[in-house]
Amino acid sequence: MVIAERKPIEEILAMVADFKKVLLVGCKGCVTVCCAGGTKEVGILGSALRIARKKAGNPLALVEHTLERQCDPEYIEQLAPMLENGEFDAVLSMACSVGPQFIAKRYLKQVFPALNTTFIGGSLEHGVWAEFCQSCGNCIIHNFGGLCPISRCSKSLMNGPCGGSSGGKCEVSNEIDCVWQLIYDRMTALGQVDRMRKIFPIKDWSTSRDGGPRKITREDLKL
Amino acid sequence: MKAGSNLEKVLTSGHFAITGELGPPRGANADVVRKKAEFLRDKVDSINITDNQTSVVRMSSIAVSRIVIEMGLEPNAQMTCRDRNRIAIQSDLLGASALGIKNVLCLSGDHNKFGDHPQCKNVFDLDSMQLIMTLKHMRDEGKVLGGQELDGVPKFFIGAAANPFGDPFDFRVTRLAKKVEAGVDFVQTQCIYNMDKFRTFMKQAVDQGLTEKFHMLAGITPLKSLGMARYMAKFVPGLEVPDYYLKRLQGVEKKKQADEGIKIAVEQIQEMKETPGVAGVHLMAIEWEHRSPEIIEAAGLLPRPKLD
Amino acid sequence: MRLNYPPNVRIVAVPCTGRVDMIHLLRAIEQGADGVYVAGCMEGECHFVSGNLKARRRVEAVKKLLREIGIEPERVEMFNVSASDGPRFAAVAREMTERVRGLGPSPLAKDHPLDLHLQAVG
Ligand code: SF4
Ligand code: SF4
Repeated sequence: MVIAERKPIEEILAMVADFKKVLLVGCKGCVTVCCAGGTKEVGILGSALRIARKKAGNPLALVEHTLERQCDPEYIEQLAPMLENGEFDAVLSMACSVGPQFIAKRYLKQVFPALNTTFIGGSLEHGVWAEFCQSCGNCIIHNFGGLCPISRCSKSLMNGPCGGSSGGKCEVSNEIDCVWQLIYDRMTALGQVDRMRKIFPIKDWSTSRDGGPRKITREDLKL
Repeated sequence: MKAGSNLEKVLTSGHFAITGELGPPRGANADVVRKKAEFLRDKVDSINITDNQTSVVRMSSIAVSRIVIEMGLEPNAQMTCRDRNRIAIQSDLLGASALGIKNVLCLSGDHNKFGDHPQCKNVFDLDSMQLIMTLKHMRDEGKVLGGQELDGVPKFFIGAAANPFGDPFDFRVTRLAKKVEAGVDFVQTQCIYNMDKFRTFMKQAVDQGLTEKFHMLAGITPLKSLGMARYMAKFVPGLEVPDYYLKRLQGVEKKKQADEGIKIAVEQIQEMKETPGVAGVHLMAIEWEHRSPEIIEAAGLLPRPKLD
Repeated sequence: MRLNYPPNVRIVAVPCTGRVDMIHLLRAIEQGADGVYVAGCMEGECHFVSGNLKARRRVEAVKKLLREIGIEPERVEMFNVSASDGPRFAAVAREMTERVRGLGPSPLAKDHPLDLHLQAVG
C-alpha cells in the first residue's frame, strides 16, 4: 500500500495561516492502515490545529470529515454539499497526494496536503513500515528470489552486491539491510544460487516514471 | 591490441604493472592537477583519475584526464553510474575517446549520501556490470546501445573494480567472473591489508581460469599513521586491517609511523609480485601523491618499461 | 473511604487506561482543561497485560504534539496508582494540581482564567 506520514504541524499551520474556515478531509484507504490520515489521525490533527490557533488568538473553524477513499472521484463528490456553499475557504487533505489533487480538480478551493506520501511499502511490525517497490512498471523480482533490488538496494543495482555490502548491511547505513545479501541468502536457500552467475541485462525504464506520467486503461472495465 | 594504451601494452607484454591515482581538485585550478601528476611521471604506467569520488563535486575526470594527456602521461578515467544516464555516459565516452583517453574504469559509484550534495537526485540507470557491457558494445560492435552505428568507434581498455572483502565473501569471485563475462580487460581491487583472505580470493579466481581472461591489479594504500589504520578498519565497509599491521604501527613512535606504513606497503607490493594471478598493483596514495615515487622505487618497480 | 482530593479534578472513568486515546487527552485540552492526566494501574499489574504501558506511550505522543504547537507538555501526564491505594490517588491529584497551578491557566481557557481544571482519566 501507499505509506505516508504527517507533515510537521508547524508546516501545516503555516499553510493554513491565512485561512479561517478549513475542511480537514481524511481517507479510509491506505493512510488509515498506515495510521497517517484516517478518522483517528484527522481527529488528532484537527484538535492540534484548533488548539494552536486558539492559543494564537486566531481561532480556526475546522471541520473534520473522513471519506471512504480520496483516489476515486465518486467519493470526492460527497464533499459537494460542504464545498459548494462558501462554508470553507480551504481544504486540508490527509490522503496520499492523489486526494488533494482530486479535490482540487473537482472544487475551486485552495487545497493543501497534510501528509508526505512516502513510498509503496508494508509494515514490518506495529509502527514500522518499509519500502518494497518503486513502481518501475515491469516487475522483475522473480529473478532475485522474489526480492526487489530496484527499491531495496540503495543504488538499484541489478548485478549486486556492490563492494560496500558488509555484515548484511548496506554501505549507506546500518539501518538498511543490504538486499543483495538477502537475495544471495534466499537464492542459496532455494538452491538457485547458480542463477546469480547470469548477468542481468540493462533495464528498460520506459515503463517507469522515466517514460512520462503513466496511465492504465482497462477496456473491459470501462462503462 | 584493443585500445593500444600504455597500460594495455605493459600488461599484455607480461610486465608487472603499476598504476597510480589522482583525485581532481575541488575547484577549477588546473595547476593543482599538473603538480600532483608530475610526481607520478615515469613512475606509473597509468594514472586513475577519480570521478567525483565519495560523491564530492570535483573537476571532471575526463577534463583532468585530458590535462594529464597534455603532460605526456596516461590517464585511466573513472566513470560512475551515479550521476549520468545511458545517454550522458555514452556521450561522455565518445568525447573521452576523441580527447585521447584509452583506459576507462567502470564503477557503480559511492552513494550520494556520503558526499557534499546529499540532497541530489541520483541516477543509477545502469550498474557497473552493465556499464562494462556498454563500453564493450560500443568498442566491439561500433554501435550505441540504441543500435545506431557510430561514425568513429571509441577504443577503450576496459577496467572495473572489485572488493575481495565485501560480503558475502563466497560470492565475490562469482561477481568477478560476471565482470569478466561482461567484457572487462583489467580489474583494480579495493585496498588490501588482509593478505590471507586476498590469497584465498585469488586462488579461487586462478582455479576458475579467470585470471587468463583479464589482468588483475591489487590495490595498495599505504597507511599514513596508526590513526588512519584504525579509521580504515572501522569505517570502510568490508575493509579489514589485521592486528599485526596495527601492532607494527603501534610499535614505532608517532613521527616514524608514516615510514613504517611505507615499509608495509613496499612489502605488500613485493608479496603481490609473488601471488599467482596478480598482474600488477594499483597504488592509491590518497593525498600522498608525493610519496608514491619512493614506494615504487623501494618496491623495485623502476624504471618503468617503455613500449611502442 | 473518603478521599480528600482537590475539588477541581474531574474524573472520567474508563475500564482500563489502555482505552485512553490521544484524542481524549487532546479534546480535554482543546475544551479548556488546564491539565489532564491518566492514572493507570502500576506497571506489571494491568488486567489487560499492557493497557497502562500503551497509555504511557500515548501520553508521551500527546506531550510531543503539544510541544510542537507551543502548549506546555507538562499539562499532560501519566501516573501509575494501584487501584486500592486511595492516599496515593489523592497525592497524585494534589501533585498535578500544584504543577498546573505553577504553569498557570491554559491559554485556551480564556473564559475562566482563575479556575483550575484538571481531568483525571483512569
Ligand atoms: S521490480 Fe519494479 S514493480 Fe517489481 S517490486 Fe521492484 S520496483 Fe516494484
Ligand atoms: S551495500 Fe547492498 S544494498 Fe547497499 S548499495 Fe551495495 S548492494 Fe545495494
